[in-house]
Amino acid sequence: MSNVPSDLKYTKTHEWLRTLPDGTVEVGITDHAQHALGDLVFVEVPETGRKLSAGEPFAVVESVKAASDVYSPVAGEVIAGNPGLAAEPEAINSDAYGKGWLMRLRPAAAAAPSLLTPAEYQKLIAEEGG
Amino acid sequence: MAFIPHTREDVESMLAAIGVGGIEQLFDEIPANLRLAGLSGVPEALSEMEIGRLMAERARLDGRPLCFIGAGAYEHHIPAAVWAIATRGEFYSAYTPYQAEASQGTLQLLYEYQTMMASLTGLEVSNASLYDGASAMGEACLMAVRANRKSRSQRILVPTTVHPHYRTTARAVAGNQGLVFEELPYCTEEGCIPVGALDRYDGQDVTALVIQQPNFFGRLEDVDALCDWAHARNILVVAVVNPTSLALLKPPGEWGASGVNRGADIAVGEGQPLGVPLSSGGPYFGFMTARMEHVRQMPGRIVGRTLDAAGRAGFTLTLQAREQHIRRAKATSNICTNQGLLVTAATVYLSLMGPAGLERVAAASRARTRELVGALTRLPGVRRLFRGPAFHEEAIGLDRTAAPVLEKLAARGILAGLDLAEHYPELGPALLVCATETKTSADIERYVGALAECLREARAA
Repeated sequence: MSNVPSDLKYTKTHEWLRTLPDGTVEVGITDHAQHALGDLVFVEVPETGRKLSAGEPFAVVESVKAASDVYSPVAGEVIAGNPGLAAEPEAINSDAYGKGWLMRLRPAAAAAPSLLTPAEYQKLIAEEGG
Repeated sequence: MAFIPHTREDVESMLAAIGVGGIEQLFDEIPANLRLAGLSGVPEALSEMEIGRLMAERARLDGRPLCFIGAGAYEHHIPAAVWAIATRGEFYSAYTPYQAEASQGTLQLLYEYQTMMASLTGLEVSNASLYDGASAMGEACLMAVRANRKSRSQRILVPTTVHPHYRTTARAVAGNQGLVFEELPYCTEEGCIPVGALDRYDGQDVTALVIQQPNFFGRLEDVDALCDWAHARNILVVAVVNPTSLALLKPPGEWGASGVNRGADIAVGEGQPLGVPLSSGGPYFGFMTARMEHVRQMPGRIVGRTLDAAGRAGFTLTLQAREQHIRRAKATSNICTNQGLLVTAATVYLSLMGPAGLERVAAASRARTRELVGALTRLPGVRRLFRGPAFHEEAIGLDRTAAPVLEKLAARGILAGLDLAEHYPELGPALLVCATETKTSADIERYVGALAECLREARAA
């Protein structure tokens, strides 16, 4: 079973979003997604200052068998890409919700109604056979 | 391992397994209005015997003229061993094989090719080749857009000293993908890009600058200043280079003032001078090398060296997540064919020549062109168009329209140069001439004598 922490929001495209105390958000890919991709060998994170719209690809994760785009759950401006992933892409495999974060974002709007709750995401991956 | 085509029974059993009546049905999803009913412009297929005869006749029409045209394709001596080896059955295929790792010899050859091209261009990584120099430049511009993450404009600055066909091809390959090509004018006195002319781009978002060295006129651009100008503004540098010239000139990987240590980001060019005959225009092959930091944006196949499960050294296709069988529509390129056979010839050529041999070819070619241009410009009405150093071709001005002169010389079996009127009318009547190591002093005298006579006759008329 995939790990789906109860304090995060999710997307249908398997990203997670954590709202930090200062109102900014942290984004990564879910444990389910990292498991499906397999061992990651390369991650491309976005440049600081880049403006993203919701659903826009902002990162690329590459495993030995696939390369996939990662989509921004919300609109906003990139505050930071995770600098540690260049040297240690496998942090996403070992700690998808912690050291494996991909970017921090200042959201353009406060609310993000289209995101999934942990229960809804659990249901989604169960339906996908996860 | 045997490579055996599917029998009719194989095909039928596969179609039955997926419940499809015939191969034609697999294409049903393509709307009828997008499908071509017939190929009216394409003649009926010919047999091997017929096509052999047709080609022999066409080749006879070309004759065996004495060729002083360069302009992107160069007649160099090809040691007999090059094609004797390249046409061995083990190598005789245009492609990297499917199930590539079953063909270790082919992969090793490509690996050696990549190593030599990386070394020649002074960059870290090479792919296994592209179609030709012009399309390689288009691919390099697309690659620069992906690699330059500080730029969002997709604007590419292309000096008009870059080969006109390369500029047209780059627009054809990349123009529909949103890239904007902006042409930079050259100095008609020098035949080069004046570095100061770039100042008007200060503060603007530009993705990449293309620099051809030597440029279309054979002239040497101030690559160090151009490269540093671009990098100081987060603009990537795409070098378009003649591989033979790199035996004498600074490789693109070292462009820039000393101490800055940056160099071009991507180098591309036409591989034809390395052991591939002119063949009435092709097939040729394009090469591409780059800094390692950009490797994931590189198009084409890349061969790496590795160890197998038993710890033995071997060769493998690597970084395949860039390619279309994995990345699909987001692949770094959907033009994936490399020119395996021509690359085989180039690899054998470079191995036979070695660094010293290639340097002798480059030096001899440069010396022959100087001899040619020196002799031509002693004729009345013929002058050198540009001051300053050039590699193995130069632009010369005539006192009358070039086309009739070229025609007269062609009738005497001499291809006397490329008429610059079509692409550079501002230069007046002008020819781009080239001599490589294949031209002797007697050849040059023959050309100069014939031109002198032509001009005398024209003046008398």
